[in-house]
Amino acid sequence: MASAFDQIMARKGEIMLRALGMDYGDFERSPIAFDYEGMMEAHGYSIDQIIAIQAAAGVGNTPLLELRNITDLVRSYSEPGHGARIFVKDEAANMAGSFKDRRASMSIHAAAEKGYAGVIAATSGNYGAAVASQAARHNLNCIICQEAFDSAHVGQPEIIEKSRICEAFGAEVVQMTVGPELFSHMLELLDETGYFAASLYSTFGISGIETLGYEVANEMMALTGAPPTHVVITHAGGGNTTGTARGLRRAGAHGTEVISASVDLSGLHMASDRDFNRKSFTTGHTGFGVPFATWPDRADVPRNAARALRYMDRYLTVTQGEVFYVTEALAKLEGLERGPAGNTAMAAAISLARDLPADATVVVQETEYTGAGKHHWAQLNFAREQGIEVRLGDPRENKPGTAIVIPEKPEQIRAIDFDLVRLRSSYVRNALSHAPEGYVPTADDIAFLAQDTNSDPEFVEKTIATLKEA
Amino acid sequence: MAVSNRCEQGEWVEVERVLLEPADRSPNLPPETAEKPLLLWSKGFATASAALGEELTVETMTGRSVTGRLSAINPGYTHTFGSPVPELSTVGRDLRARLATWRASQSAGE
Repeated sequence: MASAFDQIMARKGEIMLRALGMDYGDFERSPIAFDYEGMMEAHGYSIDQIIAIQAAAGVGNTPLLELRNITDLVRSYSEPGHGARIFVKDEAANMAGSFKDRRASMSIHAAAEKGYAGVIAATSGNYGAAVASQAARHNLNCIICQEAFDSAHVGQPEIIEKSRICEAFGAEVVQMTVGPELFSHMLELLDETGYFAASLYSTFGISGIETLGYEVANEMMALTGAPPTHVVITHAGGGNTTGTARGLRRAGAHGTEVISASVDLSGLHMASDRDFNRKSFTTGHTGFGVPFATWPDRADVPRNAARALRYMDRYLTVTQGEVFYVTEALAKLEGLERGPAGNTAMAAAISLARDLPADATVVVQETEYTGAGKHHWAQLNFAREQGIEVRLGDPRENKPGTAIVIPEKPEQIRAIDFDLVRLRSSYVRNALSHAPEGYVPTADDIAFLAQDTNSDPEFVEKTIATLKEA
Repeated sequence: MAVSNRCEQGEWVEVERVLLEPADRSPNLPPETAEKPLLLWSKGFATASAALGEELTVETMTGRSVTGRLSAINPGYTHTFGSPVPELSTVGRDLRARLATWRASQSAGE
């Protein structure tokens, strides 16, 4: 007999069709390829309409700040003529405190326009607060499902704070222990309530992030006369990279290098009841970043609108200790006290800027709010309580779940390039493994895979040939 | 005032329930997760008086009925910023000093 989990998952397609109000089947071209741009345009909102919707929602138009002290600090140990100018888009200034408001504002607008009575999202991150806040403004009911605790009912302070803020905005918060069944329960709730699925990965949400890249390009044009040479983006599920890169392109910033960055959490299992509270970051880490880059369609929608590999030129990883150090430095040197996870890209940018010429411009495109629990001190104190060693030293000695090593000086912040070829090959392997057995990819499939991995048909064909040999 | 272990009807409370027993859980979980039931906590207004640990139905903020064992009465939040982290305490002071030294050397060189 099928388990309760299997029974509800078997109805996923039917439940999501009603809960999204959109038939993804319209865009499928083969067991591998689909019409990505057609899907993205299907909601019918232009960038100007999205800007207007967000302005009415109190979202966007956040300050872009030049970080002169951080820039000079980096220059103090760079080779002569090096040390790029560093800027930050202060997304914490959005209503619910993060760039996720851009995502939520479009999902909630769509839900209200389509006449749903409420919205549901499964997220332990800032997106919950954003959905709850926007739902409150639209008088929509809101349920947020959170993976909040281990089986002993212990939760990281960062997630507890995210439960609190959702309740502050009037949402019903369903707190659960560790496991992917968060999504199966979300399906049950969608089925029970008939509410709209405010998925992180819908076309509405990702289109909502395009305004962020668009603003960055235009504001840098006004400030420096040119789009930024580099944009660094904290990467988890892929929406931040995808939306920002698409927005940059919309503004004509085709030459800007798009760099994703994640905290290295290698070695920790994302569905482990034991590892759950040993992750000192709850998002922006490789535990989401790598699997979502190599198989975006693992999401709760049939086709994920967030497809980070299409857009990333580089993928950098930083250590937990480096990000906590940078979070402290940002507060002390720039007067910007912000949440640690949002500073992942900041740590990567500080490493990157050192190797770039002084006339290069690096934009860190987000910050997130901070507060009790959602703070680097709270996270580090909690880590210690979990038996994790916290000490000063060389960040290379950082070991996720065992030791958080805080740099002794900023020169020690060195981001590491994740091998994009490995990510792309892994994506192609996943795409083939999700097609029916024996399916032979067509020329259209090859072209799609090349686009979806930001590579070329030769690379895809070579990868397929290698996989066949193996 | 003594802390009551009973809630009254209409009070804001939390209930705990087992959503999935281990046998009903997702396949391919690591063993330490697979052997545990999936637990869920929901908050809402008590539909009856009950003692901690007793079964109770609550009406949630969206008007749903959820039944579980009463686990908390008027549950709040106690998360904090925590104590200063000694490994970070000197970061601001030291970086500002470095910056000042470097800027002085730059203007001296001009």
